[in-house]
Amino acid sequence: MALTTENIETESGLKTEEMILNMGPQHPSTHGVLRLELKLEGEIITKVIPHIGYLHRCFEKHAEAMTYPQVIPYTDRMDYLASMYNEFGYTIGVEKLLGIEIPERVEYIRVIMGEFQRIASHLVALGTYGADIGAVTPFLFCFRDREKILSLFEMTCGARLLYNYIWVGGVSHDLHPDFIRLAKEFVVYFKPKIKELNDLLTNNRIFIERTANVGILPLDTAINYGITGPMLRASGLKWDLRKDDTYSVYNKFDFDIPVGEGTVGTVGDSWDRYYVRVLEMEQSLRILEQALDQIPEGDVSSAIPKRVKPPVGQVYSRVEGPRGELGYFIISDGSVNPFRVKVRGPSFVNLAIMDELCKGHMVADIIAILGSIDIVLGEVDR
Amino acid sequence: MIYDFLFKLTGSEIWAVIIQSFFPLFLFILPFALFAVWLERKVSAHMQDRLGPMRVGYHGALQTIADILKLLQKEDIIASENDKPLFNLAPIIVFVGSYAVFAAIPFSGAYIGSEIDLGLFFIIAVSGLVVAGILMAGWSSNNKYSLLGAMRSVAQIISYEIPTIIVVLTIVMITGTLSLYKLSELQSGHLWNWMIFGGPGSDLHKFLFIPFMFIGFIVLYISTLAEVNRTPFDIPEAESELVAGYHTEYSGMKFAMFFLAEYANMFAVSAIVAAVFFGGYQSPFGYLGNTLHIPWLIPVEQFFWFTAKGLFFVFVQMWLRWTLPRLRVDQLMAVCWKYLIPISFVNLIIVGLISVL
Amino acid sequence: MKTSEEIYKSLKEKFGDSIIELNSAQPVEAFIIVNPQSIDEVCLFLKDNEEFKFDSLMCLSGVDDANGEKKTNEDGSTAIIGATLSVFYHLESIELKHKVTLKVSVNKDNPEVKSVTGVWSHADWHEREAYDLLGIKFLNHPDLRRILMPYDWEAGYPLRKDYENPEFYQGMKVPY
Repeated sequence: MALTTENIETESGLKTEEMILNMGPQHPSTHGVLRLELKLEGEIITKVIPHIGYLHRCFEKHAEAMTYPQVIPYTDRMDYLASMYNEFGYTIGVEKLLGIEIPERVEYIRVIMGEFQRIASHLVALGTYGADIGAVTPFLFCFRDREKILSLFEMTCGARLLYNYIWVGGVSHDLHPDFIRLAKEFVVYFKPKIKELNDLLTNNRIFIERTANVGILPLDTAINYGITGPMLRASGLKWDLRKDDTYSVYNKFDFDIPVGEGTVGTVGDSWDRYYVRVLEMEQSLRILEQALDQIPEGDVSSAIPKRVKPPVGQVYSRVEGPRGELGYFIISDGSVNPFRVKVRGPSFVNLAIMDELCKGHMVADIIAILGSIDIVLGEVDR
Repeated sequence: MIYDFLFKLTGSEIWAVIIQSFFPLFLFILPFALFAVWLERKVSAHMQDRLGPMRVGYHGALQTIADILKLLQKEDIIASENDKPLFNLAPIIVFVGSYAVFAAIPFSGAYIGSEIDLGLFFIIAVSGLVVAGILMAGWSSNNKYSLLGAMRSVAQIISYEIPTIIVVLTIVMITGTLSLYKLSELQSGHLWNWMIFGGPGSDLHKFLFIPFMFIGFIVLYISTLAEVNRTPFDIPEAESELVAGYHTEYSGMKFAMFFLAEYANMFAVSAIVAAVFFGGYQSPFGYLGNTLHIPWLIPVEQFFWFTAKGLFFVFVQMWLRWTLPRLRVDQLMAVCWKYLIPISFVNLIIVGLISVL
Repeated sequence: MKTSEEIYKSLKEKFGDSIIELNSAQPVEAFIIVNPQSIDEVCLFLKDNEEFKFDSLMCLSGVDDANGEKKTNEDGSTAIIGATLSVFYHLESIELKHKVTLKVSVNKDNPEVKSVTGVWSHADWHEREAYDLLGIKFLNHPDLRRILMPYDWEAGYPLRKDYENPEFYQGMKVPY
């Protein structure tokens, strides 16, 4: 870590030293390789400059060299903690371009996998946030519960983290015969665990002291910066793509959109962002109960085309990922390779607001703010 | 008693003193530190729904020995810019500061390292050596972050000494003695005579004291938690904060000494809390030796009770560590100066008024 | 809720020649082609106007159109002329729930587009990425520098179709 000082002249002619502190690409608050350059005056932050690009793997350039179905494993690896949503967004876009109809069973399976993935991703976010603040035990509880979800995924498609499951026109494997029973057991098992997490961490006095009124995000700033997902909802706006721009079969389910209300601080502070994620897990359980009951029978691979060759055109498709609005802008030139795939990663957009949020706070608050934004560097850098 | 026994055994004063003063170190503190590391790992593991060390020995009992063997044969890295005398001296001073405290703590009715009248005063004074050691470690590491971490740790320790001293003063005021040995003797009898329940005797004063003794106990426990740098006050050691701790630059046996000193310190403050409020080595309900008329069983039982109480408070410290998140530095200082000091001060004044009545 | 045709009509009335055409022939979405030098005024109008209220920029993407023609010069060397780079703006209104897509096209040799960072701060990083990967310069951008590639990457703009990897970067061999 490098520590340098700059001499700056203030307005009154006094020379003060502005310290530049580097939170280097490797630091233990495990969010990936992110470099934050902090300009400090004493303990108060005046500017935060994020430097990204350490995990840039040229996804968009690769996508131009491969066929449409071959891109799907690459999309997994962008936001590796919520892979199902990456595949979901991409395949919805390609299916719109092709203009094909997919069986209802496939839609239900995609929704079920997506909601399980949302719970798993939120568990990582909440667990690591607690671990950054110093509470190590909720981290392990969250990962224990996540293991159960990952074993469900493994039963279905063989992989725990990067699935290559949602294909253009369908899914790669049908559900295992035991899947629905085990999934329903998980839903029943997980409800009291959320209450346990609330008792342990959410309502803990010290945790509230560290996170309430820290990093307050006003609503108009959020919309101007393009913030979406739990961050936007924590600032008070009820905006969820599953209801407001509905896709797949989400219009068949009955669920609420939790919004931040400033229960222990101000609307839009870090505690609200954390709490919105906890409430979203409960709503995901509701969707899962309904989906697991309503899922119809059918053939999952009947609509998968042999060759994916969309006509010339372009589409912007988006899904509500656990971190925000995940958008794919796909331009097709009539061949089997995409002409351009641009990914609007929610973490990329949400990270830009670090400077606004951190102004006037102390160095120790950066960890609290960064954890509440919930970024995954794979998606920031693609 | 032990001194007389040893004197008769060896026939020389010097040998008796030397052996008597090594007893706590080799027979108790070091094995305790090894045991405490294993205990911490097991306690944290079971709280987190996992198992902890299981392979080395029965349920991982020999894990600490394996760790110590590993640390012993690691290379001792000293950077060229480090201030070598200070760098080498710092872990020793921290360890001495933690260990010398045990001289004034009564382990049982028959054994106390040194029966001085100023027991509590000596303990508080000597535990200040740790502060000097930490500053030396931070400074000689030649690392701006170690220095900042050391300074924060020093600020924390010396701030939290104030509530500790005020609560101890409260007890001294009531009982009139600074010696921990006499304090433990005062609380003999049974459970009801312990200081937390107002102290010996059964007059009005005792009952009036009880709520203030509880407040004093809570304040003392929190302050001693901060003195040993345990969560929620472990900013100086926290890895996920920006600043690295004061013992980052140390490797091998020196790091092991910091580590063991921390656990020895934990037991020392637990023993002090037990001795001041919970009767030290006294049993809550009489002695087996008395009923069976075996007089030499009594010191053994007292030692057992002393260890049990100390271990219980150490367990509570570990329990707190794995449950609570950590406080930010300014919140830590605010807790001390804005809450604990006024509370303990008011406590002192009220107890003083009551005892005059 | 406004459709793309209605938005195109209103914009054409207000801005005249800056709005070039509405392309709605292909699947899936229609887009309005705008003059690159007046895109910031158009966007400001779209954001502030009560009928449209496009207060949210969904995505801003740079594209290499790969539409140049190879022309052989007199001395036998080939040159590509007429190639363009494009920027697509996907706008949406959270209140009125409608969307529109805008497109600007600039010359590949001197790609300059007015920046819309003053309208939505969201565009800041997206424009930096378009500059980094495609070389499109955004005028009036507060801090235009590379974002994903290393700051001292000299070998060009990776997402262009004619991009070649350099041999060495800071002494390290690039293709392995």
